[in-house]
Amino acid sequence: MKREGEVRIPSGCAIAAVISRDGKGITGDVIYNSMKPMHDRSNGLGGGFAAYGIYPEYKDLFAFHIFFDHRSTRKECEAYLKERFEVVKGELIPTRKIPQITDEPIIWRYFCAPLTSVMASEQVDENEFTARTVMKINTEMNGAYVFSSGKNMGCFKAVGYPEDVGVFYRLEEYEGYSWTAHGRYPTNTPGWWGGAHPFSLLDSSIVHNGEISSYDANRRYIEMFGYKCTLQTDTEVITYILDYLLRRQGLTLEEAASVIAAPFWSTINAKPEKEKEKLTFLRTVFPSLLITGPFSIVYGWNGGLMALNDRLKLRSMVTAEKNDKVFIASEEAAIRVMEPDAENLYAPAGGEPVIVRVKEGKF
Amino acid sequence: MKEHYIYPEFEVVRNENRCIKCRVCERQCANEVHRFDPDLGIMISDEAKCVNCQRCVSLCPTHALKIVKSDCRLRENANWSDETIKEIYKQANSGGVLLSSMGNPKPLPVYWDKILINASQVTNPPIDPLREPMETKVFLGKKPDKIRRNANGELITEIAPQLELSMPVMFSAMSYGSISYNAHASLARAATELGICYNTGEGGLHEDFYVYGPNTVVQVASGRFGVHKDYLEAAAAVEIKMGQGAKPGIGGHLPGAKIVGDVSRTRMIPEGSDAISPAPHHDIYSIEDLRQLVFSLKEATEYKKPVIVKVAAVHNIAAIASGIARSGADIIAIDGFRGGTGAAPTRIRDNVGIPIELALASVDQRLRDEGIRNNVSLVVGGSVRSAADVVKAVALGADAVYVATAALLALGCHLCRTCQSGKCNWGIATQDPELVKRLNPDMGSRRLVNLMDAWRHEIKELMGGMGINSIESLRGNRLMLRGVGLTEKELSILGISHAGE
Amino acid sequence: MKRVYVNEQWCLGCHLCEYNCAFANSGLSDMAKALRDKPIFPRIHVEDSGKIHYAVSCRHCTDPICVKSCIAGAISKVDGTVKIDREKCVGCLTCVLVCPYGAVAPGPSGAAQKCELCLENSCGAPACAAGCPNNAIVYEER
Repeated sequence: MKREGEVRIPSGCAIAAVISRDGKGITGDVIYNSMKPMHDRSNGLGGGFAAYGIYPEYKDLFAFHIFFDHRSTRKECEAYLKERFEVVKGELIPTRKIPQITDEPIIWRYFCAPLTSVMASEQVDENEFTARTVMKINTEMNGAYVFSSGKNMGCFKAVGYPEDVGVFYRLEEYEGYSWTAHGRYPTNTPGWWGGAHPFSLLDSSIVHNGEISSYDANRRYIEMFGYKCTLQTDTEVITYILDYLLRRQGLTLEEAASVIAAPFWSTINAKPEKEKEKLTFLRTVFPSLLITGPFSIVYGWNGGLMALNDRLKLRSMVTAEKNDKVFIASEEAAIRVMEPDAENLYAPAGGEPVIVRVKEGKF
Repeated sequence: MKEHYIYPEFEVVRNENRCIKCRVCERQCANEVHRFDPDLGIMISDEAKCVNCQRCVSLCPTHALKIVKSDCRLRENANWSDETIKEIYKQANSGGVLLSSMGNPKPLPVYWDKILINASQVTNPPIDPLREPMETKVFLGKKPDKIRRNANGELITEIAPQLELSMPVMFSAMSYGSISYNAHASLARAATELGICYNTGEGGLHEDFYVYGPNTVVQVASGRFGVHKDYLEAAAAVEIKMGQGAKPGIGGHLPGAKIVGDVSRTRMIPEGSDAISPAPHHDIYSIEDLRQLVFSLKEATEYKKPVIVKVAAVHNIAAIASGIARSGADIIAIDGFRGGTGAAPTRIRDNVGIPIELALASVDQRLRDEGIRNNVSLVVGGSVRSAADVVKAVALGADAVYVATAALLALGCHLCRTCQSGKCNWGIATQDPELVKRLNPDMGSRRLVNLMDAWRHEIKELMGGMGINSIESLRGNRLMLRGVGLTEKELSILGISHAGE
Repeated sequence: MKRVYVNEQWCLGCHLCEYNCAFANSGLSDMAKALRDKPIFPRIHVEDSGKIHYAVSCRHCTDPICVKSCIAGAISKVDGTVKIDREKCVGCLTCVLVCPYGAVAPGPSGAAQKCELCLENSCGAPACAAGCPNNAIVYEER
C-alpha cells in the first residue's frame, strides 16, 4: 500500500481548541479529555495537538519536533541541521508506553537558532530560512520528518485516538495558553505518524475537518512559491496557503479568510463601495486560493487562534466562551467537557472567521 | 483537356411519395443542386454540386429529402483511401493546392474523450446548483506578484486591466469578411447579453458594432486589416494573432470576391483586392519584437486594456508560451490543431500542429514550474465542443476557452466544410446579400445565448458533482480528472492519473 | 390584438408559408397527402421581385373595405378577425377587387378566401409564422 504523501487520502475528523485571552496556562489534559466525547469522529488512525506557550525557557529558539525512522537518519539529519543552525538543545520527546500506541518512530526535539552567516548568504529572514530547511528535510531526507518548527510552541501527533495520543505524549505535564486538537478518520492509510494532524510550519498550525474539493487547484498554485505538498493532505495545503497569505503577502487574518472562504460575488456586490472594491481585489488576485468543499479549521499561531468554516458551512463547528477562555470544537459536547458552564455558544456562519487574540504582552 | 471525372461525394435522395414540388429546396440551394422539370413534373438534382450543407433537408416541409454519402467507391485499400485517391485526381485536374474549411477531420486522438471527470461520494458532499450558489465568473489578466498597501495600511486595489467574463467561455476570432455581417451581429449581441466576449478576427470592426465594444476583443493580425485608433479603443481587449490552429505557419486569405462594400471599408482595403495576411508579422521575427508590439498596443490604449497573444499549438508550445508570458502580454490564447477556419490548405490543416489538450497541459505546467503562471491567463480553443470539454479544459489549467465552431453550429452551420466557396446556404460564411439575410440576428443571437445558457447549467452541474462551487477552484484541479486508455506518456503530459488509480 | 406581420428584411422568398398555410387549412393531418400533385390555394402569397420578397396576407383592417363591399353579406369582422362565410359567398370576387393589399383570393370552390389567422383550424395560431425559417413572419401584438 502506498504511504501518505504518495497518494491522496480523504478523511473526516474531529477538532477542538481552547485559548486563554489572558495568556493563562492550561494543561494538556484539558484538551485531550475534550476529545473523548468525539471518539466516533476518529478511527484510531491519527490524533494530535498543537500547544502554544509551552517552551518559555526557549522562547526565542525554533523548536523542531522530528520523527526519525532510524538512528542513522537522525545522525544525518542532525548533521544537516548543524550546518544551518546552532542547536542549543536536542533531546528525546518524553513519552509514556501505553498499549494503545505502538510502533512509534524515534521522536526528538531540537531548540535551534539560525546561523546568521548562512542566513545572510541566502538573503532571507529567519522565518523563510527555517521554512526552507523544513521543506528540504521533509522532501529530500528519507526517513526524517519535521512535524513542528515554531518558536515557543509544539505539535504532538501519532497514529491512535487523540485522547490516547495525549496520554502518550504526557501532555498533562505541559502548560500552554492555547491548544488545538485533532482526531482523524482517514479512509485509507497504512497509518503513518507524519500523516496525523495538526500540520504545522513555523508557528502556524492547522487542525482541519473536511475534504476540500479545490485541493489540486490550491496545491498546484501554492507549489509555484517553493512549497512542496509532500503529504497530499488538505491540512498541509491550507497551512501553506495561510503561510503564503499572512507571512509572505502580509495580509491580515480577515483578508486571508476572505481569500480562502471568499464571499460569493452576489454578496460582494451588495457591500459598500470600499469593501466591495477590496473583496473584489482579493478574489481577483488570489482566485486559485479559494478553498471549496467542506472544511472547518482552527488556525493557531503565537498569540491567537482563528476558526473558519467553508463558505457553505458544510462542516459543523461551534464556539463558546467562559471568562478569559474561548472554546472551539466540532461538537458542543467537547466544549462542555472543557467547561461545563461555557457561555455564548455560537455557530459561526460559513466563511465568517472567528479570531481570538491573547492580550498584548500576555504571551 | 477533359477533366478526370470524379463521382459526386453525395447523393440526393428524394422520396417522391412525399415531395409536393413546393420547390423550397430549389430556391434555397445556392449551389443550384435542385431544379423543377416542368416537362416531367418532378424535381431533379445535380448531385455533383451538392456539398451536403443540409439546407434543403432542413427546410423541406414534408421531410422528403435526405443527403447520403455516395457508396460509389474507388478500389481503396488501407493505404490508398477513396479520399486520398480523389485528392490526387483533383490536383492532377487543377494543379492547385487543395483547400478545405473548418477543423482537422482526421481520426487523430480527441483527448477530451479520453478524460473522465470526478464526483463526490461519501467523504465530501456534492453540491446542488439548484439549491446553492454556484459561480462561474472569471477575470482574465495579469495578477500582481505582491500586494501593496498605502500609508494607512489599506490595500491598494489597482491592478493590471482584467477581462471580466460571466463564464469561462468566449467566442473566438472570426473575421467580418470570412463570416457575414449578420453572423457578427449575432455574436456581438449574444456576447453582450451573456456578459462574455466575442472576437472580431482580423477583418476590423464594422461601425455598427462599436456599441458592443465592452464585449469585443479586437484582433491585430499580420495584415493589420482594419486596425486604427478607434478600433483599439472600442474594445475590451486587444488580441495579437500570431497563429491559428487550423493553419499554423500561414496567414489568412480572403479572396477579392468577398472584399465588397462594407467588408472593404471595414478592412480598409480596396474592393476586390485579395486580403492576404503575411505568414509572420513582418515586425515580429522574434520574441523581443513581440514584446515591442505588446507595449505599442498598450501605449496606444493607455494600459487600460489587456493584450492577448494568440498562437497555434505547435511542438514547442511550452517554451513559446513561457516567452509570451514574459513579454508583457496579459493573456495567452492557444489554438489547437482541430480549430476551425474559413479556408486553409488541406495539407496544413490536416498535418500541422498538436492537440490542444496536450498543449494546454504542458503550457500550464511549464508556467507553474517557472513560477510565472500568474503573469498571464490562459485561454484555449481548437475544438471545445461541449460543457464537458470546458470543464476538462479548466481542470487541466485553462482560465477560459474559445469556441467558434460550436457557436457557428448554433447559428445554423452544418459543418459542410465548404466555407471557402462563399456560397454558405446558412448565411454565415458568405457575403452574398441574398444568402446573408438567411441569418436573422434576432434568431442567431437567441440561439447563441441558449447554447451558452445550456453550457453554463451543465458546467454548474458538473462542478456541483465535484463539490466545487466556484470555477476558480476547478482551474488547474487535475485531481478531478482521470484518463482512460492513455499511455503513461500521455498521462504524464496531461498531468493526470489513469482511471482506477 | 395579435396580428401577422411580415418583415421584408428577413423574408427569403422560400414560399414555405404558402405551403404551411395550404396545409393548415386542408383539414388533413399529412402534408404530402394534402398537397402532393394538387394546385394549392394558400391565403398568404409571397410577392417576389428580383431580390425583394414579401409575404402578403390579410391585415384585418380597422375599417375593412371588403366587409363594406361584399354584396352577399358574407364578410364580417368578429373579435377583430375579418372572416368570410363560404356558405354565403356568391363568388362575385368584389372583395378581391377592392382589397388594397391583394390579400383576398378565390379558393378551390370559387368562393373567396383569406387569412383567418388559423384560429379555427387545427393549428390554432398562424401556421405561416410558426413555420417561417427566418422569423420574417411573426404573429404578435403591436
